[in-house]
Amino acid sequence: MINGYRIGEGMLAWLFHRISGVAIWLFVVLHVFDIYLAGSNPGLYNDLLSFYASPFGRVLETTLGAGLLYHALNGARIIVMDFWPVMTRYSRIMWYICWVVFVAAGIPVAWVILKPIWGA
Amino acid sequence: MQIDLRILRFDPERDKKPHWESYVVEADPKMDRILDLLHRVKWEQDGTLTFRRSCAHGVCGSDAMLINGRNRLACKVRLEQLGRKITIAPLPGLPVVKDLVVDMEGFFSKLRSVQPFLVNESVVPARERRQSAADRALIDDTTKCILCASCTSSCPSFWAKPEYVGPAAIVNAHRFIFDTRDEAADERLEILADKDGVWRCRTIFNCTDACPRGIKITQAILEVSQAIQERQV
Repeated sequence: MINGYRIGEGMLAWLFHRISGVAIWLFVVLHVFDIYLAGSNPGLYNDLLSFYASPFGRVLETTLGAGLLYHALNGARIIVMDFWPVMTRYSRIMWYICWVVFVAAGIPVAWVILKPIWGA
Repeated sequence: MQIDLRILRFDPERDKKPHWESYVVEADPKMDRILDLLHRVKWEQDGTLTFRRSCAHGVCGSDAMLINGRNRLACKVRLEQLGRKITIAPLPGLPVVKDLVVDMEGFFSKLRSVQPFLVNESVVPARERRQSAADRALIDDTTKCILCASCTSSCPSFWAKPEYVGPAAIVNAHRFIFDTRDEAADERLEILADKDGVWRCRTIFNCTDACPRGIKITQAILEVSQAIQERQV
């Protein structure tokens, strides 16, 4: 419930889009910072890279990948509706298609990022 | 069947903030609508309960309210669609006057801002201004609006930014922008190209889902956005 209103697919799609958008922006800020460290403080930069390679860092990286993938897929869905308003009739179906692609593309990518945790 | 009804009550002369009150009402789920329950509460249990209603048949749009977390018309929802536990609150995002009555002035002033009437300065014909069936089809959907405010008050963009003109005003602008007899489309598009116009739509679809007339509101909003870009208003 938001403002007493029941959350449907459309509101959920928008909420995930907004949350993933803010998360991606935060990552970009972090990325600018770590690249800055490469020149100004190489020791700290190496420590940060070690953290990225740690199990917790890899989980965060997977979450970032999920956010990027969802934002891209739902963004494409919104673009389709912007250019062809008649496609709004299929907004729910397109959202479910987004999730199918999300799972199909996301699981292999997550596996590649996470497999060093298990030594695979 | 007994219905557990919770209603968000607010009396500006007595209460500092809204509060929930519960009622148990006997009802026939196959025959009764939410409006029948509200009548039963008002006539048999608590005469101070305040709500708007007029035609009671889904035409006037005066009894829109938040029913079980969704904006609907109280006169159009049958109890069998909802179950035994029902919550009713005023339309979200609009100032509450009393109980389920909201102040619609802001809503109507936004509607007026888009000139929701035919503008045609050409010589008045002897008979009606004729229109082909194909031209009429362009505005078939958006002529159905009954101004109940279910769409605008269900919109998270409107909750966050009450200056947003809102789905209902855009739907009514659409009805005249795409009317081939009208001559003020560019003026309306200019109004809606404002930062608080169509661009605040986030394609959330609450408006489309809430509309009791089944108007494809998000599609209409995006058609207006396209018209703004194509005509470079």
